[in-house]
Amino acid sequence: MGDLQVKKQPKQYDAVIVGSGAGGGMAAYVLANAGLKVCLLEAGPMFDPAKDSCQLKNPWESPRRGASTKYRPFGDFDGCYWGWEIDGEPYTNSGDTKWEWWRARMLGGRTNHWGRISLRFGPKDFKRRSIDGLGDDWPIGYEDIKPYYDKIDRLLGVFGTNEGLENDPDGIFLPPPKPRLHELFIKRAATSIGIPVIPSRLSILTKKINDDRGQCFFCAQCGRSCKVYGDFSSSSCLVIPAIKTGNLDLVTNAMAREVLTNKEGLATGISYINKDDMQEYQVSGRTVILAASACESARLLLNSKSPRHPNGLANSSNVVGKYLHDSTGADMGGIIPELFDRKRYNEDGVGGMHVYTPWWLDNKKLDFPRGYHIEYGGGFGMPLYGFSWGIENLNGTYKIKGKQKEAGGYGASLKEDYRYFFGAHVGMAGRGEAIAREDNYCEIDPNVVDKFGIPVLRFHTKYSDYEIKQAKHMKETFAEILHAMGAVITWGGDDGPENNYGLHNPGNIIHEAGTVRMGNDPKRSALNKFSQAHDCKNLFCVDGGPFVSQADKNITWTILALSMRTSEYIVDEMKKRNI
Amino acid sequence: MDRRKSIKTLLVGAVSTGVLVEACKPEDKKAVLNDANAQVYTLNRMKEEEEHYKEVVSKTFFNDHEMATITVLADIIIPKDEVSGSASDAKVPEFIEFIVKDMPGHQTPMRGGLRWLDIQCIKQFGKPFVDCTHDQQIQMVDQIAYPKKAKPDMHQGVAFFNLMRNLTATGFYTSEIGVKDVGYVGNTPNQWNGVPDDVLKQYGLAYTEKELKECVSFDKKV
Repeated sequence: MGDLQVKKQPKQYDAVIVGSGAGGGMAAYVLANAGLKVCLLEAGPMFDPAKDSCQLKNPWESPRRGASTKYRPFGDFDGCYWGWEIDGEPYTNSGDTKWEWWRARMLGGRTNHWGRISLRFGPKDFKRRSIDGLGDDWPIGYEDIKPYYDKIDRLLGVFGTNEGLENDPDGIFLPPPKPRLHELFIKRAATSIGIPVIPSRLSILTKKINDDRGQCFFCAQCGRSCKVYGDFSSSSCLVIPAIKTGNLDLVTNAMAREVLTNKEGLATGISYINKDDMQEYQVSGRTVILAASACESARLLLNSKSPRHPNGLANSSNVVGKYLHDSTGADMGGIIPELFDRKRYNEDGVGGMHVYTPWWLDNKKLDFPRGYHIEYGGGFGMPLYGFSWGIENLNGTYKIKGKQKEAGGYGASLKEDYRYFFGAHVGMAGRGEAIAREDNYCEIDPNVVDKFGIPVLRFHTKYSDYEIKQAKHMKETFAEILHAMGAVITWGGDDGPENNYGLHNPGNIIHEAGTVRMGNDPKRSALNKFSQAHDCKNLFCVDGGPFVSQADKNITWTILALSMRTSEYIVDEMKKRNI
Repeated sequence: MDRRKSIKTLLVGAVSTGVLVEACKPEDKKAVLNDANAQVYTLNRMKEEEEHYKEVVSKTFFNDHEMATITVLADIIIPKDEVSGSASDAKVPEFIEFIVKDMPGHQTPMRGGLRWLDIQCIKQFGKPFVDCTHDQQIQMVDQIAYPKKAKPDMHQGVAFFNLMRNLTATGFYTSEIGVKDVGYVGNTPNQWNGVPDDVLKQYGLAYTEKELKECVSFDKKV
C-alpha cells in the first residue's frame, strides 16, 4: 500500500444507503422507485437466493452434514454469511458483559436466513412508559405506522389470521398452513391450560402475490433463502427489484468507515474501504441513510466526529449507543411418547412454526413488566449433524416396541431405536421484551481497531430482575405445556436461579435495537419521529437503531414499515426542497 | 515412525500384527486422502469457506490403524440389517476423518479413546482391538457400550464409545442410506395439505372448522 489515496466517486447521488438488510433494502426500493438516484453500500458480497441458496441440498451434500462453522453458525446450508465472529473484525465486552453480536456480511444481510416471523407491534407497544412507567414512549403510535404495515403486508406477503387481538393487530394475511401433528398436540395441551395457540404470522407466500416471486413449495428451508423468492428476503424482494429500476447502484464489499459532513454539519456522503482492492473511497449524496444494523449504525455515527459534531454525528444528546436491548430468550424441549414409532410422511411445511402463542397475560398481575410470545418446533426434521446425538440418554428410559432395553448399546437393536424415536421431539422458545435502559450500551473501544483500522465497539450490558423473572415464568409455562401434552422434558428443564433460568446472553436472540433511538426531545433522542437526525437534517437511520422499545415481537416487520415511512418522508421532503 | 514404535513397545512380546505394521506406509495415507477428496461438493461458498475447506482436506488425521479400528467399531454400532446397509457402506469412517479435522475438539477424545481401547484389548486379549476375534471385540464393546452398567474402571471407555456411537449415527443417518432408513421423506417440492386423515384418526385429532376454513388447502388429486 505504497500510494494510499482516497478515490472519490464522481457521481452525485440523491441518497447513499449503508447496509442492504431489511431497513436499507426497503429504503433503496422506495427511493429508486420514486426516481431518485441511489447508491447502496453493502459490506459483504453479492448474494442472489435464486442462484446462491443451498435450498433442497441433501445432508450428504455437505461434507460436515450441515454442521455449523464460524462462517455459518446456523449450519452449513444456512443462508447467512458470517455471524458471531468475523475474521479481522473484533468487538469487545467490558467487565463481565456477555453481549453476543451477530453480523451478516452479504447482500440482504440477515434477511436471507431469518425466521420470517412478521409481527406487528400493537398499540400498547408504542406507549409502554404510560402503562408501566418504565423506559419511554415512542414519539409515534400504532395509528402512524398501521398504513405502512398494511402496505408491506401487500407488497411482501405474510400469512396469518385475523384474531381481533388488542395488542397483536390484524393484518392483510395470506392463508396460513395447517398445523403439523406435534403442533396439534401443542395446541390441544396449551389451550387446555388457558394458553392460546394461533396460526403463526410468517412472510412466506402460501399464495402467489405477483409474477416476480414464486409460491411456497413447503420444503421448510426458509433459513437457506429461497430460490423462487417464496419468502421475504431483502435481497430477493427489495434490492434486486430496485436494481431493475436503473436508479440504484449497488456497491458490494464496501465497508463503511465514516459519515462525511461539511462545514455546516450536514452529511455529504460516506467514506468506505473496498474489501476487494483495499483502497479508500468516498461517495457523495444529498442524503445519507444508515441501515448497517443497530450497533453498526451507532458505531458509524460515533466514529464520525467533526468540529461540528465533536461527540460523534447526531449525538449531541449523547444517547447514540445507549438503550441497547435484545429480545429475551429461554427454551425447553421434550419428547412425546405418544408419537414414538410414528407413521412416516412429509411434514416439512413452511420454514418454521405453523402455530405460535402471542402474549396472553396481564403484567399488572405478574412480577415482571413485559410479555413474551412462544415459538414452537418439532416433528420430522431433515437429519443433520447432531441427529439423535445422545441416544444413550433416551433408549434405556422407554420401552421400545414393548421391550425394555439397557441404555446405550449398538447393532441392529440400536438402529431400531433411532427409527423408533424419530419425529417424537418437540421444543419451545420464549421471546420476550427487555427494558431498554440507558446503562446498557455500546461505545467506541478506545484501544482496538478492526483490520480496516476502524475503531470497534465495546459493549456494556446487564440484565435486570425483570428479564430474569420473565425467563423464570417462561420456563414454568413451558414445563406446564409439556406436562399437559404428556411429553417428558429432555432439555432445558434444569435451569434455575444459578443461571438466570436459562436466559440467553443478551444479543443471542439477534433482535438488537435501540442504539439510535427516536424521540421528540432532541436532548434525549438522536432521531425525530421520522428517523431523521435532530442534529443533521439530511441524515437518517432505518434499521433497529431508532427503536425506543421493541415489544415481544420480532422486529423485522417494524423495521420495514418504519423504513418505508421514512423513505416516503425523504421523497416528500426532497420535493419540498427541505433537504 | 515414533507412533508405531511406541505401540510396538507397548505390545511387549505380543505378536505385532498385519494392520499395525501396515499402518504407517505412506502409500496407504495417500489412498485415504484421495478417497476423502473423491466427493465433489457444490454448495455456494464464500471465499473464506473455500479456503477453510481446502485447508481441512489437505491434511490426514487418523492413521490407517486408527481408521481400521474406526471402521470395525462403526460397523459394530451400525451393521447391515434387513432395512439398510452398514456404517462403512455409508462411508461413515470417511465422514469421521473429515469431521474431526473440521471440529478439532473431537481429535483428542477420538485419538485417546482409540488408544485406550487398544490398551484394554492388549491387557485382556494380548492384541489391539482390530486383531481380536469378532467375539473378543464384542466382549470388549459390551464392557463400554452400556453406560449405566459399565464397571467404574471402564468409564473412560464408555465416554469414548458414546462419542463413537454418536459420530457414527450422525454420519450414518445423514447419508443417503441412513436418511432412507430412518424414513425422512421431505426435502422435495410438495403441497402441504395437513396431517393425513388416517394419522389424525390414530391420535384422536381433527382440524377445527376455523382451521379448515382459514388455512391453505390443495386439491388432493393434483
